[in-house]
Amino acid sequence: MKTQNQKAWFFVLPVLVLVAFNALIPMMTVVNYSVQETFGNNQFFWQGLDWFEQLMRSDRFHAALGRQFLFTGIILAIEIPLGIVIALSMPRSGFWVPVCLVTMALPMLIPWNVVGAMWNIFTLPDIGLLGYFLNHVLGVHYNMTQDPVAAWVTVIVMDVWHWTSLVVLLCYAGLVSIPDAYYQAAKIDGASNWSVFRYIQLPKMKQVLTIAILLRFMDSFNIYTEPFVLTGGGPGNSTTLLSIDLVKIALGQFDLGPAAAMSLIYFAITLLVSWLFYTLMTKDDTK
Amino acid sequence: MRNRYLIPLVYILFLLLPIYWLVAMSFKTTNEILSGFSLFPQTFTWANYATIFSDPTWYWGYINSIIYVTLNMVISVTVALPAAYAFSRYRFLGDKHLFFWLLTNRMAPAAVFALPFFQLYSAAGLFDTHIAVALAHCLFNIPLAVWILEGFMSGVPKELDETAYVDGYSFPRFFVSIFLPTIKAGVGVTAFFCFMFSWVELLLAKTLTAVDAKPIAATMTKTASSAGYELGLLAAAGTLTIIPGAIVIYFVRNYIAKGFALGRV
Repeated sequence: MKTQNQKAWFFVLPVLVLVAFNALIPMMTVVNYSVQETFGNNQFFWQGLDWFEQLMRSDRFHAALGRQFLFTGIILAIEIPLGIVIALSMPRSGFWVPVCLVTMALPMLIPWNVVGAMWNIFTLPDIGLLGYFLNHVLGVHYNMTQDPVAAWVTVIVMDVWHWTSLVVLLCYAGLVSIPDAYYQAAKIDGASNWSVFRYIQLPKMKQVLTIAILLRFMDSFNIYTEPFVLTGGGPGNSTTLLSIDLVKIALGQFDLGPAAAMSLIYFAITLLVSWLFYTLMTKDDTK
Repeated sequence: MRNRYLIPLVYILFLLLPIYWLVAMSFKTTNEILSGFSLFPQTFTWANYATIFSDPTWYWGYINSIIYVTLNMVISVTVALPAAYAFSRYRFLGDKHLFFWLLTNRMAPAAVFALPFFQLYSAAGLFDTHIAVALAHCLFNIPLAVWILEGFMSGVPKELDETAYVDGYSFPRFFVSIFLPTIKAGVGVTAFFCFMFSWVELLLAKTLTAVDAKPIAATMTKTASSAGYELGLLAAAGTLTIIPGAIVIYFVRNYIAKGFALGRV
């Protein structure tokens, strides 16, 4: 049982100050921009909620948001089940466990722009390993700088390559915490593999899966560097995800007002969806 | 049952292929890369690595990155320790809201903050310093550190604290000489995750630096565009960015899986 102690606030204070400095001041700047218009020279004019209204009716914003949801949906649908399957089939003890864990964690430790650059040279049509293999061995016509479908597939495969290991590590952590006695009991009852999974392993993985889905949702929804380096948002606008579009508007065109309004809506959507996930996944626990 | 190891095996192969290609390319001459496809380097060369280790703009990129990542790791873990202790041991006004608010900072896209960060740190006179990047990365690393540490600390029974007080330990002495050693695995895991997310982040690091504190990843993007298309050099630089991560992960290999599993949701 935790004790009530208001002095605990002093322990939290350094964290609060540092995070607030980094979060609140920039956030207020963004809010400030979102209701003003600027023509440079540090001159700002009150604009009210015009940018928000404009954004709500903007086809460009809707398209980018749609692509973002599509991307996040696809990678969640691939990475979560794939991660569970790999975690289930990994060895539980012995020499190979650390080897598996270290190699699997490797992609997550590579700087994001290197990931993009790496996949870029991996998929070059005539001199990249994958590009060469597809074009010259399998005879599939593959060139992601021209074909939007190929570009999408490449971005998705890259993300699966980059982040499935996170799901694997989390699920694996959940799985090794199941005591052997559970499996023995299941064996005595004559449970099938499927029911062992459904009634023992899945419930035990629920907590880590919640974390996995939440983290993957947040990070994939905010993804910027990797697809930007890989495709630059092209061909055309086909892989221009929400944050790529945002940076284009803010730093490329220097339209601070619209970019700020977009940032706020973007953040609100991330927050709302994360909260929904969180509430749905944990609602049984609180009963 | 033998067959089931096929799945992780195929997956690991899939993970290693692009990495192999990057490493193989770093040993090729730019001429060989552009002249056509070859599975192994035909004329094996160390020239790309030699360029990096002899050119200050390149190797300073690595030093800069390592400096701000280390700073960030130290700051994040130091401030997160007492906070996580407070969350795991005490109830106080607004504790649950504060915890959730901390986590929401992980949800803010870095793209949203790039420009305001630039202005904030310029105004504070910290632009193009290592500490600026280290502080900026606290935005997403401190919440994570608090989250992981809180999980580890909640696993330590409260009786430990009480016994120590009965034995006459003061709080700081108890915390440093008894509590910290108990959760050292947790501190290791937390430091690892802080290292990882600070090492791989580029957008903020690039926005907040120009020359003196420029991260290696930014040096790479600049070279890629200015020096034409020196793929071999780029590949060598990329290969070198994998090494620090690989070293760090080797040390915490037995704990990484545990790190998140213990966190509360």
